[in-house]
Amino acid sequence: MADISKKLREQILDARGKGQKLNVVGGGTKQFMGRESDSHAEPLELKKHTGIVEYHPVELIMTVRAGTTIAEIQNALDEHGQCLHFEPPVFGKGSTIGGTLACNLSGPARPWSGSVRDQVLGIRLLNGKGEHLRFGGQVMKNVAGYDTSRLQAGAMGTLGAITEISLKVMPKPAMTMTLVEEMPQSDVIRYMNQRAGEPKPITGAAWVNGKVYLRLSGAKSAVEATAKKWSGEVLENGDDFWQQLQHLTHDFFKGDEPLWRFSVGSTAPDLALDGPQLIDWAGSQRWFRGVADSARLESIAKKAGGQVSMFRGGDRTDEVMHHQPQALQAIQQRLKESFDPDGLFNPGRLYSWL
Amino acid sequence: MTTKPTISKSALAEKFRAFVDPAFVITDNETMKPYECDGMSMYCEMPMLVVLPETPAQVQRIMRLCNEHNVPVVARGAGTGLSAGAMPHKEGVVLSLAKFNRILEVDPLARTARLQPGVRNLAISDEVSKHGLYYGPDPSSQIACTIGGNVAENSGGVHCLKYGLTVHNILSVEMITAEGDRVTVGNDALDACGMDLLALMTGSEGLLGIITEVKVKLLPKPEIAQVVMAGFDSVQKAGDAVGGIISHGIIPGGLEMMDGHAIIAADDFAQAGYPREAKALLLCEVDGTEEEVHEHIEQAEALFKKLGATSVKTSQSEEERALLWKGRKSAFPAVGRISPDYYCMDGTIPRRHLAHVLLEMEKMSEEFGLRVANVFHAGDGNLHPLILFDANVPGEFERTEAFGGSILNLCVEVGGCITGEHGVGVEKIRQMAIQFNDEELQQFHDVKSAFDPKGILNPGKGVPALRFCQEYRSLEHKQHKHETVEAAHG
Repeated sequence: MADISKKLREQILDARGKGQKLNVVGGGTKQFMGRESDSHAEPLELKKHTGIVEYHPVELIMTVRAGTTIAEIQNALDEHGQCLHFEPPVFGKGSTIGGTLACNLSGPARPWSGSVRDQVLGIRLLNGKGEHLRFGGQVMKNVAGYDTSRLQAGAMGTLGAITEISLKVMPKPAMTMTLVEEMPQSDVIRYMNQRAGEPKPITGAAWVNGKVYLRLSGAKSAVEATAKKWSGEVLENGDDFWQQLQHLTHDFFKGDEPLWRFSVGSTAPDLALDGPQLIDWAGSQRWFRGVADSARLESIAKKAGGQVSMFRGGDRTDEVMHHQPQALQAIQQRLKESFDPDGLFNPGRLYSWL
Repeated sequence: MTTKPTISKSALAEKFRAFVDPAFVITDNETMKPYECDGMSMYCEMPMLVVLPETPAQVQRIMRLCNEHNVPVVARGAGTGLSAGAMPHKEGVVLSLAKFNRILEVDPLARTARLQPGVRNLAISDEVSKHGLYYGPDPSSQIACTIGGNVAENSGGVHCLKYGLTVHNILSVEMITAEGDRVTVGNDALDACGMDLLALMTGSEGLLGIITEVKVKLLPKPEIAQVVMAGFDSVQKAGDAVGGIISHGIIPGGLEMMDGHAIIAADDFAQAGYPREAKALLLCEVDGTEEEVHEHIEQAEALFKKLGATSVKTSQSEEERALLWKGRKSAFPAVGRISPDYYCMDGTIPRRHLAHVLLEMEKMSEEFGLRVANVFHAGDGNLHPLILFDANVPGEFERTEAFGGSILNLCVEVGGCITGEHGVGVEKIRQMAIQFNDEELQQFHDVKSAFDPKGILNPGKGVPALRFCQEYRSLEHKQHKHETVEAAHG
């Protein structure tokens, strides 16, 4: 547990003086994401900036330094029967909360429990001028100033180094149960959305290898009563399945073939891709394996009301994120300039033009 | 915004009339009068003119003209805002979205609705109710306030501990930028590549763009909801009971607290059957499946009793539930009955400081010689102190404002913020200097410039000019020091 923000600030100011670019790195477990890092940039290491600054279980609020690992946070929450209910994907022991927010990563409960971005209440951030800024706070409602905390979600560190995050945490559900049944891909989108539209304690809906999985969690009586009404067999050790989706350790994710992530409308019809798919988030998140033309996939994603990104593998020197319309690209370039006027942080990591 | 408009009122009106129905380009004072303020009627200004376009293309042309001629633009929904965020600029245009009032599409299977920004909050739930769905955020003004305004203020309501704020319940907005570009931020999916501009737009108080369409998420209506009402003989005990419920693992659909003054006023008004002798009242609503609600209600009743409740009552029917809420929901007008005017504050605090904050507020109430009643979104720490005053008594509103300012400073001091859901607008712009330092405020200004290089969107609101901040901070500091010295001598 250490606060190294002063040292980080000095490094930023020094880099600014020398025109040295910086790669913001936490545990280094998400290096495979985004575009290839600038090889001339030097690392700005957050992994020693660690520790739980405050944790108030009765207020469901925790403030942590950005380099704190997800594992350490979960240990502290465990003691009070609480959890990060956005189910952060962890790709290695060193995965940090800062990286999780920067990459906006959330697990299978996302449509019901919200994303990491949804749980953020406030941050501290070192911008490109070396200013250590504080936005938001430790309260769930706060509309003073622009929501520059949630703006960081998905920005992949291009706006600065997140140093501290305040988050909403939640009690663990009293009970969890998974139902599984065979279902062809052609029927599953409608089925999952119908189930998600019922007022039942559903917190997971996924489809892979011809089977649909639904997760129920909440009060014991509610979970059991719903399981009785709904079809499907109870899956033994169902939690294992959801963890495989959360951390991308399911067999579907193994191997070197490019992994594409479609984030689309939940009811979008079958994407008609020539390769295996895994459907999560009740239809909103669809994973696809295969070598493909990104322009073609972008037009498929757009038709499905969303976007596609090359999540892992493939050629990462070109764009890996869905193209932005001109007006939004211009706004993001100007936002980048407002936080990081000299373009120090993660040059080209999110988009070539950023 | 430092440059003056480069076009006269009549010339601008003439240009607007070329593409907007001339009856809806308003230039005479009498017709413009209703636009001089929003729900915060103490702050008034007459605009240069008012325009009510009907299509996004018209909004685009309006923005291009105003941007070209440095004319400020203030967007306006239903005008129910409580921070003067829609107060006109005297050299600017009020752009009313009142004609954008159509529900464009409801998709029951996807549980989404595509709306024009002038659709009223409650009209959404009314429309989708037949599909067993509703829209989550339910601000007290939901009968009148519009979804566009909700996005601009990131509105919450009594259910946001469990169901979130506006930012958690929207998928995309279509907006017209200051320069007249029509862009969509977000999409039908749950996230989009790049920076989260949708979050940035939410709560931006009309300073970053004009919203012309909103896509919201809808939720399945819970099977059942029940309310437990618990009275306490101290605020501290009620506050502890809130923590007790939540740390027990129950996330109530709504969790509201009222203090003694608010209990009496609300009960007189609504005859809700509140325990009038109580110093604090909790309304705890549990919703979900029948089994879940049954299980949690029993636990909540037992917990409240264990934690010192002097009375505990659970609604046994929908009528009873509605009545218990009626008292809370009518707390503002109820307080309006016992005072000629009231001023509603909106600070947010970490809940552990509740008793301290309420006690300090009682002291201030004596100091300023003004009564205060408190209603409190206890689940999420959002305080709504209602300061009672009489605007006809000279100097009383000024004293009220000063009292309100002190309350907000106290909120910041204990780690909270100056506004939970009403926005900064004009009203709380000075307190921004207390919550943020100059570097942070400058970053906000720079964010605005990224969207609105000429600064024509709602200028003078939301983020204070830095040159005024130092002055305000030192003034506050002196005042604070003065009070401390006086207290020491007293």
